[in-house]
Formats: sequence, C-alpha cells, structure tokens
Amino acid sequence: MTARVALRAGIPLAVVPLLLLLAYGFRTDPRAIPTPLIGKPAAPFSLTTFAGEPVSLDGLRGRVVVLNFWASWCVPACYDEAPVLERGWRAWRDRGVTLVGVNIQDTEDAARQFLARFDHTFPNAPDLGGRVSVDYGVYGVPETFFIDRAGRVRAKHVGAVTDQVFERHVRALAEEPS
Amino acid sequence: MSRRRRALAAAWLLAGAATVGAAPVAEETVQAIAAQLRCVVCQNLSVADSPSETANQMRGIIRERLARGETPDQVRAYFVERYGTWILLEPPRQGFNLVVWVAPFAALALGLALVAGVMWRWRRASDRSRAAAAPRPVDEAGRERLRRELADLDAR
Repeated sequence: MTARVALRAGIPLAVVPLLLLLAYGFRTDPRAIPTPLIGKPAAPFSLTTFAGEPVSLDGLRGRVVVLNFWASWCVPACYDEAPVLERGWRAWRDRGVTLVGVNIQDTEDAARQFLARFDHTFPNAPDLGGRVSVDYGVYGVPETFFIDRAGRVRAKHVGAVTDQVFERHVRALAEEPS
Repeated sequence: MSRRRRALAAAWLLAGAATVGAAPVAEETVQAIAAQLRCVVCQNLSVADSPSETANQMRGIIRERLARGETPDQVRAYFVERYGTWILLEPPRQGFNLVVWVAPFAALALGLALVAGVMWRWRRASDRSRAAAAPRPVDEAGRERLRRELADLDAR
C-alpha cells in the first residue's frame, strides 16, 4: 500500500513545480528586456538634427551623453518627460553633459510640432531607417541611455525620465574623472 | 590552352567572383532570418510576420547587412548582441532554457510510465478477482448431495 500512498501524495505534489514556474512567469515582466549593453562601448551614430546640424557620438567624446529615444505618438510618457529633459539639459549643458534626442518611428511634421511645443533646445534628430535604435536595442519609447565620458553605456532607463532619475544618473557620470 | 585564353578565363572567373560578392540579397534569406527574430514592439510575432514599421526597418537592416557580405549567423549575432537572446524566438538550448526542451519529453515519459504502472496493477487485480470468481470443480460428494436434494425437492 506504500505505492498507493506515494501516488496519492505525489499527484498533488506534482502541481508544486508547475505553480513555482507560473509564479516565476507571472512575476517577470514580459516587456522588460534586460539590455546586454550596460558597460559596453556605445554604438557610434551620426545623425542630422531637425535643425540641419550634424550630431555624432564621436563628436561628443569626453562629454557625458544622455541619449533619449522618443516619438510624438508616445503618449503620455514622452510628453511627461519632455520638460524634464529640457530642464536637465539647461542645468547640465555647461557641466560637460549633452542631451541628444533621437526621434524614431515618426513623421517629420509631428516630430517638429512636438519639439516646438516643448521648446526643445538640445539636438534632436530623426533615426531614418531605424539603425540607431536597433544599435541600441531599443524596443519602445521612451528609452534613455546614459553614456559616460569614455563612450560606454552605463545605464538605461525605460519609460518617462523624472527629474530624480535624470539627476541621479547624470550627476554620477559627470562627477567621474574623465 | 594558350596563354591568352588562360588569361581570359581568369578574367572571367574574377568577374564572376565580383558579381557574386555584389549579388542582390535573396529575399528568402532575409525572411528566414526575420522569422527567427522576435518583433520588439509586438512580442509574440516574428519580424517576418509583423506588419509594424519597426519590423519593416529591421528587415531593412537584415537586408543591408547581408548585402554588405555578412553571413546569416553574423546578422543574427548582431541582433543578439544588441537585444540579448530575448530577440530569438527559439531560446538557445543551454542553461535554464533546457527546461523548455527537456520538460515536455520528461513529462511524457513520466506519464507513460504512470499509465503503464496503473494498467499493470489493474490487470493483476482483475486476474485475481477472475480467479476468485471462477467456478470450483464439483467433487463426487457434492454431486451426490445435489442429486439427493433435487430428489427431495421432487418428492414434495
């Protein structure tokens, strides 16, 4: 009869690994993609801003670069963070920090309206063909990368950037010796 | 073969090689790679199946890299380098991911073993009960008794 006892206990027990797997599965966010880029050299890019100026990572070597991917249809996150980014840029631009906005999956008119609405003064460029976004493993907007003076990706923020997030990452990188 | 003809043949071979190098990228190759990549904006579609602009751009990038002379493996590796193995629709067969490959077969084997075990027990039990239910042979004394009792019944 030990076999029967084992069977009777075993059937409910068999559910345990299944439950554990489900618990693990439901706790992980399927949208949170771990980026393998942290600590690696940031992919070089060279774009032309909406104002017609060239902007490239190589040209910004030695500065902390905040690379922000956005789109005008990204409501509300991109609209929430837009004033934060402009504030951050104005506060840090003279302290070795550059903000670069990369507009992805958008139309030019809508993107220009967005820039005008928030009075963005930092360089913003469209990523035609999506090469820069794939180089950075971007899967949605907004996503923001914090690149140190040596050109390495040091942090990635998914979702709207807040003043605290901006300040924390930028301060840490700006205070590092170059 | 004259020297001139040999030189001509070599020139043709070189020209052939050059054309191969710049050959237009086969659309099937692009689709084959795209089918293995997860569309980043739609989660459960491949880059080949998604109608989204992002997937379209990713197919463009695949085409561009192939045209530059990269092998399909190199193109795949590029996407994995940028997005991690998350981008692959089929998880690589290593580490914890092996559970996905092994678990169904292990569960199937376990289930079969369980069914076989249960069936063996049932069969043994029914053999035993059938043996118990089988009619016992009637001996001479029993037959005599039966005859007597039937006669007794008739007599009444």
